[in-house]
Amino acid sequence: MLKTLRTNDTALMILFTLVVLAGPLILAPVGAGYPDLMQRFVIYGIFAIGFNILFGLTGYLSFGHAAFLGVGSYSALWMLKLLSINIVPAIIFAVVVSGLFALLIGFVSLRRSGIYFSILTLAFAQMSYNLAYSVLTPITNGETGLQLDLEDPRILDSAGSAGQVASPSFFGLEMGDTAVVPFLGMDLQFNVGFYVSALILIGMFYLSLRIFRSPFGMILRAVKSNQTRLNYTGFNSRPYTLTAFVISGMYAGLAGALLVCMDPLAGAERMQWTASGEVVLMTIMGGAGTLIGPVLGAGIIKYFENIFSRINDEVVLGWFSALPDWLAEAFTTVISPFLGSGWHISLGLIFMLVVIFLPGGLVEGANRLMNLFTRLSGPRKNTASEEDAYADKGSLPTKAAPSSTVVNTKES
Amino acid sequence: MDAILLQVLNGLDKGSAYALIALGLTLIFGTLGVVNFAHGALFMIGSFCTVTFNNLLSFERVTLSETELSPWGTPLEIHVPYVELWFGELGATMIDYSVFWSILFAIPVMLLIGIVMERGLIKHFYKRPHADQILVTFGLAIVLQEVIKTVYGANPIPQPAPDAFVGSVDIGAMIGMADNAVIYPIWRLVYFLFAGVVIGGIFAFLRYTTFGMVVRAGMADRETVGLLGIDIDKRFTAMFGLAAVVTGLAGVMYTPILSPNYHMGMDFLVLCFVVVVVGGMGSLTGAVAAGFLLGILQSFASMPEVKDFLFGFSIDQVIIYLVAVIILLTRPRGLMGRKGVMET
Amino acid sequence: MSNYYLNRRKFLQGSAVLGAGLVAPTIFSRTAGAFTNEPGKGSVVLGFNVPQSGPYADEGADELRAYKLAVKHLNGEGDGGMLGTFSSQMLKGTGILGRKVEYVTGDTQTKSDAARASARAMIEKDGAIMITGGSSSGVAVAVQSLCQDAGVIFMAGLTHSNDTTGKDKKANGFRHFFNAYMSAAALAPVLSEHYGNDRKAYHLTADYTWGWTQEQSMIAATEELGWETVNAVRTPLSATDFSSYIAPVTNSDADVLILNHYGSNMVNSLTNAVQFGLREKKVNGKQFEIVVPLYSRLMARGAGDNVKGIFGSTNWHWSLQDEGSKAFVASYGKEYGQPPSQAAHTCYVQTLLYADAAERAGSFNPCAIVEALEGFEFDGLGNGKTLYRADDHQCFKDVLVVRGKENPTSEFDLLEVVNVTSADKVTYEPNHPMFAGGSLGKCNPGA
Repeated sequence: MLKTLRTNDTALMILFTLVVLAGPLILAPVGAGYPDLMQRFVIYGIFAIGFNILFGLTGYLSFGHAAFLGVGSYSALWMLKLLSINIVPAIIFAVVVSGLFALLIGFVSLRRSGIYFSILTLAFAQMSYNLAYSVLTPITNGETGLQLDLEDPRILDSAGSAGQVASPSFFGLEMGDTAVVPFLGMDLQFNVGFYVSALILIGMFYLSLRIFRSPFGMILRAVKSNQTRLNYTGFNSRPYTLTAFVISGMYAGLAGALLVCMDPLAGAERMQWTASGEVVLMTIMGGAGTLIGPVLGAGIIKYFENIFSRINDEVVLGWFSALPDWLAEAFTTVISPFLGSGWHISLGLIFMLVVIFLPGGLVEGANRLMNLFTRLSGPRKNTASEEDAYADKGSLPTKAAPSSTVVNTKES
Repeated sequence: MDAILLQVLNGLDKGSAYALIALGLTLIFGTLGVVNFAHGALFMIGSFCTVTFNNLLSFERVTLSETELSPWGTPLEIHVPYVELWFGELGATMIDYSVFWSILFAIPVMLLIGIVMERGLIKHFYKRPHADQILVTFGLAIVLQEVIKTVYGANPIPQPAPDAFVGSVDIGAMIGMADNAVIYPIWRLVYFLFAGVVIGGIFAFLRYTTFGMVVRAGMADRETVGLLGIDIDKRFTAMFGLAAVVTGLAGVMYTPILSPNYHMGMDFLVLCFVVVVVGGMGSLTGAVAAGFLLGILQSFASMPEVKDFLFGFSIDQVIIYLVAVIILLTRPRGLMGRKGVMET
Repeated sequence: MSNYYLNRRKFLQGSAVLGAGLVAPTIFSRTAGAFTNEPGKGSVVLGFNVPQSGPYADEGADELRAYKLAVKHLNGEGDGGMLGTFSSQMLKGTGILGRKVEYVTGDTQTKSDAARASARAMIEKDGAIMITGGSSSGVAVAVQSLCQDAGVIFMAGLTHSNDTTGKDKKANGFRHFFNAYMSAAALAPVLSEHYGNDRKAYHLTADYTWGWTQEQSMIAATEELGWETVNAVRTPLSATDFSSYIAPVTNSDADVLILNHYGSNMVNSLTNAVQFGLREKKVNGKQFEIVVPLYSRLMARGAGDNVKGIFGSTNWHWSLQDEGSKAFVASYGKEYGQPPSQAAHTCYVQTLLYADAAERAGSFNPCAIVEALEGFEFDGLGNGKTLYRADDHQCFKDVLVVRGKENPTSEFDLLEVVNVTSADKVTYEPNHPMFAGGSLGKCNPGA
């Protein structure tokens, strides 16, 4: 089975790279082809991939991952303020700091498992959030959020052009720079920040793929399926889980750093428990333990947050402008509670529907579709072995199509 | 001394709320093994039962005034509640005491919501991973909260306590301290007593009834109880309904203290998870004890003296989490947790 | 598919080289005009960024109603509202500079991160030329600096912190709303008159930028009266139960409680304070009093009976009887069946001011608009004679001191205006210590 994975991996990697790099072209038709959202897709994709290395592989459900994102953001922004407007030192510093922070929290939290571990990470994250909001205001600028300033010292490059705050750049390439290309009546926006993040995402995806396939990844999976048994064999699993925790914290720190490089403001809200919850939702919705799932989940949640929330009554009315007035208004009345300020309702409903009908997340949905497709087009071959592989997945209907990349979601 | 007594009292009413919600949560957590993120929403719905009932009671007849005009030139609207039209003084008193009436209203409503939730959704998730339970109940919580927001708006809706319970009592003077040293709002005392009665009722119910015995047995070993031919599922449905009622009532009675708003459920949710875990998974006593403990500690942490003692470093916002971390590190299963519950 | 990919990749390389070589301007705008998002011939897009979820959602909804009304009036629909009373008679209901006004809306969620994301979407996706709205100072400061970087104008909505036009002021940002210093300066004489000069004040303060500056301003103003500050305690913005902060007040020898809270914080802390019997309390032979420096009618409704007799300040109130206010209340009331809040008023006025500035400047270029608004004096928009000061982009106008009404006649009639403090009494030097630090910088037209 592993052998087939390897060849698939190359294909997956190439496909993933192509899709990510073609982002502006793919996203423009669905109204998401503007730099801010595209950057968010990619950055939260990195965040979710990192979270998945911990949760998807070891089954340890951290409910405080946003703390590392926040720590990454703050440390990166301080680097931009104090050292240089170049994003490279900021990113490196952020990854190191969040890694150390993750080491500290992971060392303490991993002494417990199950729900106790989740609550410990939650408690640490909530403490960080509350402190960032209040006591640590000199470092974090409290509720307003830390920003770049005209008076920043910036040792390496002297303060920017008179009267304007410099914007973060990669050796002179400013993250905000966008080339607009008209294409088939759409404006495609090719943004420097997006491509910088996208290249990092591709690198991080590759890294996660390697981790998934490595012996280290196998050990982490062993932790997930039965840690007690693993420990009884005389194997000390804690260093491995701690490593996974730190790696995943560093991913989060990297994502946090990229966020402030794209938009130099670090607000404390990004450390709140709801933000931690968001990455859990992204991962599960896309498919925990799968490679591509978390990125998919991140994309969908961010799409909802940014596109659905901006559809107001007028826009909805516009959709039905071809219909008679009374019908258009009737449709608008029915639909608009789910859009605009009511976008949370749609999001909540989608969470529920996905979990109820697609326990393995969207990736499982895609696989089911694919399976249906192959079943229609030709006889199936290795049914037996596939069902064996999923025999322990009690809740999953045995008829469901498993995929080579799906790893069982956590059982407990 | 009086300051300390006051903070203890303060902690008690906050603790009562934590304890009630945590009790409901741990009934579900402990008996059904379900991580219910929609539990905060139940608390919120409970408090909106009061709002709804109050609105029903004060359903108004609207007439347009013939003489007076509103500032923008349309005739002024005059509102008179129907209850007052029909019952006069009695009607006004009914509206005044609507919080208590709401309890009667809330019990069937919450029971129904609880049972529908369990039969319709939660039941399918007993064997699913905790992560799935979290996601589905979180989705449900969002939907419930947003529906309430759509119906009632985003601003808090004040629900005054009955006139007789407005104001405060001078507890200090009662126990022989100086006048005005310990003043405490009456309604918070009422809440504390109410919480005591409900908690006592639940414990007695589980302890002294056959139903309770079966449920306790089911908590300890679900499979064996099932093998004995007892339909444990039905009892668990009832337990879920009961938990929803307890939480809902906590919300009903809390309305004069905290004006209901649509996001109050989420505000309490995380704290109550911490309370339950600190108390220990599957332990009802633990949940109640931890609720009061954390409530009181939180009160103390916001005293200016504590801040001075800690060199101006205020810990009131982190104390609960700090205590949670310390307790979980020193006592692996919280205060009174049982071995093997939710540890994997 | 792969062909496109190659082409675009080449293009990207090209633009990268170009960008590195020339240190290219921040944003190539979609129309590649002289400034960010230069509008086309037919229409102009404004971005209304208001809280639609979170604790200030109702206030945000009221702001949005006001914006929609303003757009209607600018486009010549409806009764014209304050267009007729505005001293500058440039706006004729023909859009702005002959272009039809269109708008996009977004949700700030009252979070800096979300507000900036929403504002960026408006600028990058919808081509908004001006961003306005918001109901929190933290958000206003965050969005203001974003607009500065992106090269669009920011017309602040409800933001009351001194910092918005103090240490965080920006050349592209303008604030019509009053600020914490003005509240304190307007309240002090009234407090002195009603409560005397020998008082001991205890502050409870929301722990964020607005709370801090409000607390600082109130302490300075009351201490000048001769009041003593017993204690100033910061409370978390997320707090819902303030009993543990109120309890120590009853044990201190303070006789005035100043609640530097807003929104649901204020509703809850005031309710708690009343429940603890503070208003019946007598300390040092004096009646205990509560003061809420910044009032809003929407909050007053949330706090119910508890606001009766409590002093505070507000930017504007619908019961004002000048021509501008009357026209606005009539227009808004007819449209929505309720009177506008102060948030709605300031947002409506800001939209008109922007449109007027564009008309007078004859251009949408942010730098031209900045020039038109700086030092602009106007009247007829509900606050009497008003000046947009060039030094810090803050409006200077009369401040209303209000009190919770004892016998409200309707659910909207909750506040009564006690005193109109004239603008000169609340004016301060641009380099006042509470506003020091930071500078406007230069106006940024973007591309």
